[in-house]
Amino acid sequence: MLRDTLKTLLAAYGPTGSEHAVAEAVKGLLEGHVDSMRTDNMGNLIVEKFGTDPEGRRIMFSAHMDHIGLVVTHIEKEGFLRVSNVGGISPAYAWRRKVVFENGVPGVCVVEPGPKGGGQPGLEHLFIDIGAQSREEAEKLVQIGDIAVYAPDFIPLGKHRIAAPAMDDRCACALLVEMLLYAEDQKNTVVGVFSTQEEVGLRGAGVAAFNIQPDVGLALDVTAWGDTPEVKYPAVKLGEGPAVKIMDRSMIASPKVRDALFEAARAAGVQVQREVLAFGGTDGGAIQQSRGGVPTGTLSIPCRYVHSAVETIDMRDMEGALKVLLQFIDLV
Amino acid sequence: MELRTLTDAFGPSGYENPVRALIRKAAEKRCDDVSVDRMGNLICRKPGRDRTKPAVAVAAHMDEIGFIITGYTDDGLLRFRPIGGIDPRVVVSKWLSIGEEGLPGVIGAPPIHLQSAEERGQVLGFNKLYIDIGAKDQKEAEGLAPLGSYAVFDTPYMEFGEGFVAAKALDDRIGCFNLLKLLEEEYDSDLICVFVTQEEVGLRGSQTAAFALEAEIAVVLEGTAANDLGDVEERFHVCTPGEGVCVSFMDRASIADRELFRAMLELAKAQGIPAQVKRGITGGNDAASFQRSGRGMRTVVLSVPCRYIHSANNVAKWSDIRAQADLARAFLKSL
Repeated sequence: MLRDTLKTLLAAYGPTGSEHAVAEAVKGLLEGHVDSMRTDNMGNLIVEKFGTDPEGRRIMFSAHMDHIGLVVTHIEKEGFLRVSNVGGISPAYAWRRKVVFENGVPGVCVVEPGPKGGGQPGLEHLFIDIGAQSREEAEKLVQIGDIAVYAPDFIPLGKHRIAAPAMDDRCACALLVEMLLYAEDQKNTVVGVFSTQEEVGLRGAGVAAFNIQPDVGLALDVTAWGDTPEVKYPAVKLGEGPAVKIMDRSMIASPKVRDALFEAARAAGVQVQREVLAFGGTDGGAIQQSRGGVPTGTLSIPCRYVHSAVETIDMRDMEGALKVLLQFIDLV
Repeated sequence: MELRTLTDAFGPSGYENPVRALIRKAAEKRCDDVSVDRMGNLICRKPGRDRTKPAVAVAAHMDEIGFIITGYTDDGLLRFRPIGGIDPRVVVSKWLSIGEEGLPGVIGAPPIHLQSAEERGQVLGFNKLYIDIGAKDQKEAEGLAPLGSYAVFDTPYMEFGEGFVAAKALDDRIGCFNLLKLLEEEYDSDLICVFVTQEEVGLRGSQTAAFALEAEIAVVLEGTAANDLGDVEERFHVCTPGEGVCVSFMDRASIADRELFRAMLELAKAQGIPAQVKRGITGGNDAASFQRSGRGMRTVVLSVPCRYIHSANNVAKWSDIRAQADLARAFLKSL
């Protein structure tokens, strides 16, 4: 079930560059249900489900396993941890949040004192308190270079919605897992890539695309929202279906792939939204420009409060996306 | 080869020929397969004793920051622009060496007597500075230093204090120096030593070099900013000269392969090689290219802490320089 898969994947530790545990969780879910699984030098997990048509295409679907975090750069005498960002993590969002390290050590993020003269706090104003009373005590728990992430959570909101850290992009990982499980007797070969290091510049997917040489690429990722009191842009709403990306900063979707998504949505009877994003990017940008170029698109899950500890999606959009994807495989 | 020979050599980004020629000569004595690719990267392949082991690339960049001549004044002064990241505050009144033949020139600025109070509070940008080569007019200047001529800092190599060395271009001739040392020995794994061009202008040479290599692992030997002195709060220190070679977990251009990062630290500990974790995440280097060109490689960076990096005088400690070679060698032997 999509919801259970999502819950499993949200629980895994996986900041950018340390996605190993997420890959293991995905492998556990897919073992015995796919034709091959391998990991490349960038840590991308590449899973194949062969098509029935020997002349069929190879379609690369990419969902990134990594999420944003805070890396320890210095341990104060008093035992507090100073950090830098891994990906786009904002101090204002991190403030007062519970975080956790790979070894399970918990901490809380504090911004102190408030930046002089007001204004937004910078990362240099932030530290993590792990309860250590000295540098020596802290060093027994955490080393410089260790990465903290928002502590995993799973908060059902109303009937259809779920808030959690790492929803970007574990919701798409869950979608990809389910698609690989459900795809049956499809003509084209599905190459599912659970990619690494998206949050620092689409780094894993570029290498994966080079290795795979797909005929078509499709990134699965979250997109921003425009349906809260102060946010009206982009024109994407939760619960109104997955969004077909027209463009963002990393890519202008290849028209054929974009249109195949619209067609797949019609065939599946799923309502989709059109998405134009003036910022951000997805693995699609890296796939599209790999080697001699790959026709590529992106299917997005609308997500509120992206890059916070309460990234919120609507499960109806996920279920719709799964139906669209299953149609898309043989339509493109 | 002595470190001084390498730091004294002329080799700004895009004009690495003099330093490459020196390295090539030394490399050919230690390796049968030496070649140069179209970006000018020097590639030395040394087959390992065990063909089942993964090939390892070890890289250092040959190029240094410098300047390029972009114009002249009527009275024979040279206008110029930096090649690579140079702070205009560190260049005034420094001697430069222009072109391979080493035409001397000094970076000029109006003396303090002639500056207004306002001017004294400002930093002169590269558009306000000039190089004086003693030419009497534009024509003479053009003849001596044609448009597009390169210049580098002209700083003699010097040892001082307890085991410190000061020179231009320690970033990254230290890496080249140690890479040549690695070529002296035999290993089980195939070793590919890559002497890279154009790192300082955006990791350019390494992109083509990395694309053409068939290695599983890449180790990058670098110099890195220390930021450990003066009023800098301890939490902003990046590394400390004298405390060993730096192993990086990440910088702005790449994140180290976690297993290699840990393996390096464990190896250093086990063999008593001084090593420290690089604490800042600023900067970027060729590891980004090796990690992500073509099929991708697992990468890790070993850096020597350098004070006053990207200036006329980089300062490093010999014990750290030795530690870089020792750890890289120990790693190659551990495979």
